[in-house]
Parts: sequence; C-alpha cells; structure tokens
Amino acid sequence: MENMVNIFLYGKKYSVPGNLTIMKAMEYAGYQLVRGCGCRNGFCGACATIYRIKGDKELKACLACETKVADNMYIATLPFFPLVKEVYDINKIPVDQTVMMQLYPEIYACIGCNACTKACTKKLNVMQYIAYAQRGDFEKCAEESFDCVMCGVCSSRCPAGISHPQVAMLARRINGKYLAPDCGHLNDRVQEIKDGTFNDLIEALMQKPIEEIKELYNNREIEK
Amino acid sequence: MYSEKFQKSLAAVEAARDKNVAMEPVRMTAQQKTDLLAAYHPDYRQDQFEELKIGPNKGNKVPKELAAILQAHSRITADSVDLENPDYDVDVLVIGGGGAGSSAAIEAHEAGANVMIVTKLRIGDANTMMAEGGIQAADKPNDSPAIHFVDAFGGGHFAAKRELLQKLVCDAPEAIKWLSELGVEFDKAEDGTMITTHGGGTSRKRMHAAKDYSGAEIMRTLRDEVFNRGIPVVDFTAAIELILDENGNAAGAVLMNMETKELMVAKAKTVIISTGGAGRMHYQGFPTSNHYGATADGLVLGYRVGAKLLYAETLQYHPTGAAYPEQIFGALVTEKVRSLGAKLVNVNGEVFMHPLETRDVTAASIIRECSDRNNGVETDDGLAVWLDTPMIEKIGGEGTIEKRIPAMMRMFGQFGIDIRKEPILVYPTLHYQNGGLDITPDGMTTNIKNLFVAGEAVGGIHGKNRLMGNSLLDIIVFGRIAGKSAGATYKNVNVGKLTLDHIAKFEKEIADAGIETETVSPKLLPDYARKVNG
Repeated sequence: MENMVNIFLYGKKYSVPGNLTIMKAMEYAGYQLVRGCGCRNGFCGACATIYRIKGDKELKACLACETKVADNMYIATLPFFPLVKEVYDINKIPVDQTVMMQLYPEIYACIGCNACTKACTKKLNVMQYIAYAQRGDFEKCAEESFDCVMCGVCSSRCPAGISHPQVAMLARRINGKYLAPDCGHLNDRVQEIKDGTFNDLIEALMQKPIEEIKELYNNREIEK
Repeated sequence: MYSEKFQKSLAAVEAARDKNVAMEPVRMTAQQKTDLLAAYHPDYRQDQFEELKIGPNKGNKVPKELAAILQAHSRITADSVDLENPDYDVDVLVIGGGGAGSSAAIEAHEAGANVMIVTKLRIGDANTMMAEGGIQAADKPNDSPAIHFVDAFGGGHFAAKRELLQKLVCDAPEAIKWLSELGVEFDKAEDGTMITTHGGGTSRKRMHAAKDYSGAEIMRTLRDEVFNRGIPVVDFTAAIELILDENGNAAGAVLMNMETKELMVAKAKTVIISTGGAGRMHYQGFPTSNHYGATADGLVLGYRVGAKLLYAETLQYHPTGAAYPEQIFGALVTEKVRSLGAKLVNVNGEVFMHPLETRDVTAASIIRECSDRNNGVETDDGLAVWLDTPMIEKIGGEGTIEKRIPAMMRMFGQFGIDIRKEPILVYPTLHYQNGGLDITPDGMTTNIKNLFVAGEAVGGIHGKNRLMGNSLLDIIVFGRIAGKSAGATYKNVNVGKLTLDHIAKFEKEIADAGIETETVSPKLLPDYARKVNG
C-alpha cells in the first residue's frame, strides 16, 4: 500500500496508511477499541491522546478521532482522566464568584503557566476562561469554554490541580439558567398549552382523515 | 485545500455562486417526491431487506443486517447467572446513558425512585452528543403545536402514531423550558427571544439551537445533573439480556462488564430501554454519522422477550454526510448549514433542488444526481455533490459561519478546508433509526408490562421519516415521560420470581424456523479491527 508510515502505539511499532486518523490507525493495527472511542467525530472527548514526534521535544495532545497519523509518531491514549466534579444543587447556588470559592477554590491557585491552553485539544483559551471564572464573569467563561469536549487533557497538565472542564461546566449552567435573558414567548406558550388553548386544534387533527391532512400538508404556508 | 482533480468543478461552483445565491429553487410536488423516493431512496431497495421468520414481527421486512441480529443467539444461557442473588436491586433500571436515558433517570429520581443507569460506554457516549443542528418547539407567536404536528406528520409520510406525535409537539415548549432551567444555553437575542431557523420540511422557523453543538450542550448538562443528583451510573457495562418475572413482566437485565466480561444481575421493578440507534450496523454498506455504540441493542433485547417493533424497515440517511476528506468520511454535516443558506450544487455548478426538502427526499435527490444523472463529483470514496458553504456569508454576512456553525468550521479546518471560502463535498450517510419498539403514550411497550422505551429505540413517533430537530426533542419529551411513568409505576409493582426462560424459548423458535446462524447478539460494538474504513 502506498504512503505507509511507522507509528508507535504505546511504544510498539506498526506500519499504517498515512492518511488515517490515529483512531483508525489503531484499528487498522488490530485494536478492538472499548475505551477511548465515542462519537468518532470530535464532540465527546473520549479519545484524548498524547503524542510526540520522534526528535521533537514538544509533547502534543489531540483527539485521536480527528488527527492524522504521522511518521515516527509515538502515541499514548488518555481514555480516562480523574477530573474532580463537585456536586451542587443548581437551584440553590449563589450566582457570583463565591460559588467558585466554595466548589472549586483551587482555581485561585492558578500560577498562570498556560499549560492548559497549550494542551487543549480544541485550541481553546483555557487559562483565560479560568480567569473569567475566578472573577465570577460566568457569561464570558461560558462563551470562551463553549466548544470544550471535557477530554481532560488540560487538567492532566495543570500544576494547580484544577479540573478546568468542570469549572466551565458550572459556569455555563449558571449562565444558561440565571444570566441569559428570560424568554417571554416560551413562557407564554407553556402557559397557553397548560390552559388548553390548542386542545381543539390538536383534537381535530387526531380525528381527521389522512386525505384531509395530506391536503393541509401539501398546501401549507411556509414562512420565508 | 482541494487537489488538482477537483479544481475544474470547483471553478464552476465559484463562477455560478452569485447567481445561485439569488435563485429560489422550486420545491417538488407531492407526486415528484413519491416517484423520487421510490426510485432512489435506500429504504425502497427490496433486495436489501429480509422477512423476519420468528418473533412478534414475523412476516415483516427489515434490513438484512438487522434481521441477522434479531434472529440470533443469546450471548448466554439461563444458567450463566444466578438470578436468586442479584448484584443490583433497584426501582428503575435505565439501560443506556444518552439524552433519553439521562432525562428518564432525572425524572424517575425526581419521582423518588431508586434509579440506576447502566451504559456500555460512558454516560454521554450517544448520538445525542453529536446532534448538531437543533431542537424543534412551536413556541413563537406565528406557530402552534398544531402546525408542528402537520409538519412532522407529513414529513413522516402520514405514518406516525398520532397519539405519540401529539405528545411530542404539545410537550415541546415545556421541554425547552425544562432544559433552560437546567442551564442549557440556547441561542437567544438580547431580549430573550429564541433565535430560530428552518429545518428541512418545517413550515415555521422553530429550530432552537446552541450554536452547532445543540446536542452536546444538552447532553453535558443532563450528565452534570445526573451526577449532581447522585444517580449511580454503571459505565462500561452492557445489558445483554432482559430478565422477566414469572408473570412475564420486565424485571431487570443481565449485565456484562465490557472489559472483564464479568456477568451481573440487575433486578428492577421497571426497566427503561434507552439504547439509541443503529448507524454502526452500516445498513447497505453506508457510512454513518452515529457514535461508536449505535448497534440497535435495545431492539434486540426487546424483540427477544417478545416486544413488538414498528417501522423497523425505515432508516434515515442524512443527505449531507462528509464525503471528503477520507478522515471524516460519513461524519455529519449539520442540516443547519442549509438552514443558513448553503445550497446543494452538482459537478457543473448547478443547483439541482431546493435545499430544505425533507431529509429522505434530499438524500434520494443527491443519490439520483450521483447515479442516473451522472452529475456527481468523484472522490476517493465514491461520488458526491457540493454543499456551497461560502453562500452562507454572502447571505448572512462575514462571521456568520464562525458564530453559528463553529463545529463545522473546526471539523473541516482540521483538514485544511476553510468552509467560509470553499464549498464541501457531501453524500448521504446512515443517520437515524426511524423505527423501533412500539410504545403507548406513557412510554411503556405495547405488550410487555413494566418495560418502557425512550429515544431512538422507539418506533412510531415520527412515522417513516423524521424532521431535523425532532429527535433531540423526542429524547427529552419521551425520556421524561418514561422516567415519570416508571417513577409512578414501580410503587405498585411486586416482582415475581425472576426467569430467563425466554432464551430457550427463542432458541427453539430459531431451530423450528430452520434458521441457521452463528451470530450472537446484541452486537454491542462494531468490528473495525484490521479494516481501513470505519
């Protein structure tokens, strides 16, 4: 086969086609994955992986499902990382930085090394969103962390022991629940449904002969 | 960054872009759609289906690959485990840790039940996590649940069970409110108005989204809530066989540790199947947008104890799977790309259809373009058509793509394609299991007591095709219904003596029907070892 490259899975050498992702290369080599494989599409964070290209001093992190193999790539997967997830009642937490002081006080021990940002598999500005969390600026923390897949690589590199993805998760829930503007038309519609406003319309549809519903469907007015 | 062989076609697409942005393609008539589907949709290829010889759906046709696992041997025999000494004893056993299972667990917990989730991978390893485009709910003044009903009923070819669809559309606004109150971040204007768009086949703009991470945002929030409530999640543990009691009611499951293969028994007053879809069965050899564990396990578990299936012969092929580059072959390109204005364009730069027809019609149209009409673009993995993403910024202005579909930009950007400047290549990918276990509006199977189903494992909510944004909705609505129903039902359940007698009974049916098979099921995971594609 053309364009084969040599990779090292946990130190052992395999020859694989050079256009494969790390995940597919592992399968090509014969692995039947159970751990370290989820959505296979960059959303779930199951396949956090660290690698080093031989001769390169820098240790890199990526998701195995969306990163191509390269010649002389030394690969170790990180299918689980022990993040600290504090439990809380979303209905009973303070909506300012005191919640962070109570649940995740270690974020205030950040030494600003930026190793989290350098390691992020999604190229997020992790240290920046932690800074927002420290200040209780949850809206900005939520925005900056939005694409986080919670793979945990950032935390594996943190000298302060911060579980960044869990801090961001808390900030996003606070933002979604308390800080984002309330939605009037949603509240109104929920109330209308409770009041039975649409009962007659729906009941009529439940009984209507198929031919009549087809007529309705084929002549719908479609919003521009 | 496309190689030389794509350049000629790419130039045609670019040359026609301004004209294509301006044109409004006509929608197909009902008759045109019917003819197109019959000629090109994979569901209509008779040679790809097989008639079931045993079980509650005997005589029905299903995809060959599904028939093989429905009519397969159990992984165990009745004496493999000790039913007298269960490892777990709970009120509500939830099988599957996706959006439906998590919603169900939260509601059952809210109802006071001792609830446990088992999942063969991790909680959140589910198609929910990968749903990008959005979630429908008729909550705007120009919309109503009745209009939502007609859109979904028509889109599903008038085959949905109306009493299920009624639940779906009427509970939708409440589902959005529930998620909001859990902290899900929906896209909103400054005054709180939801930013909504069309999906294929909708007549109102009712697609709510969280950028193009809608499912991921919902899933991670639900997961966080499950943990906050202290609901036990037994991960890397698959249910491989349901357990009934002597009265024929669902009463638990045999579990298998995915790593050590240790078997365990979970006894339960009620069981909820929320095992998701079947993309990794690769029906008809299609690639899939689904997560690693989507192997129709729930259908197998249910069928073996006698639960009925509905519409298991209908699958959804998402029209826009990534066709290039090879590394993301089959991955989902959200319908939202078309909602935001990108059109489908053939090898000659011609727009060949309205981009927001229903998914089955769009998929069939792309297949026609790439087969009989000979207007496909050749890639290493087959033929494809262009989805002209730069149109989005011509319509919505610079920055629209980064703001509204950042995941798509990232996915293609990873492989050197800037979707703001270059179009992308797409072809249908196996996306959704329209059919599944037959339920009543309270979420219970129609013929096995105390067995509930929620999410993609259910059949009949959508009929024979599903609209974009109605599956994130259905996992929440029916997940909550199943959780509430089980959370009420268990209080009156006295579990009789546990049995696995159904295994031997099913084996006898296999033998009596003359089925010769070495297949065991559920399949649990696809086998990609030593293969190039997966």
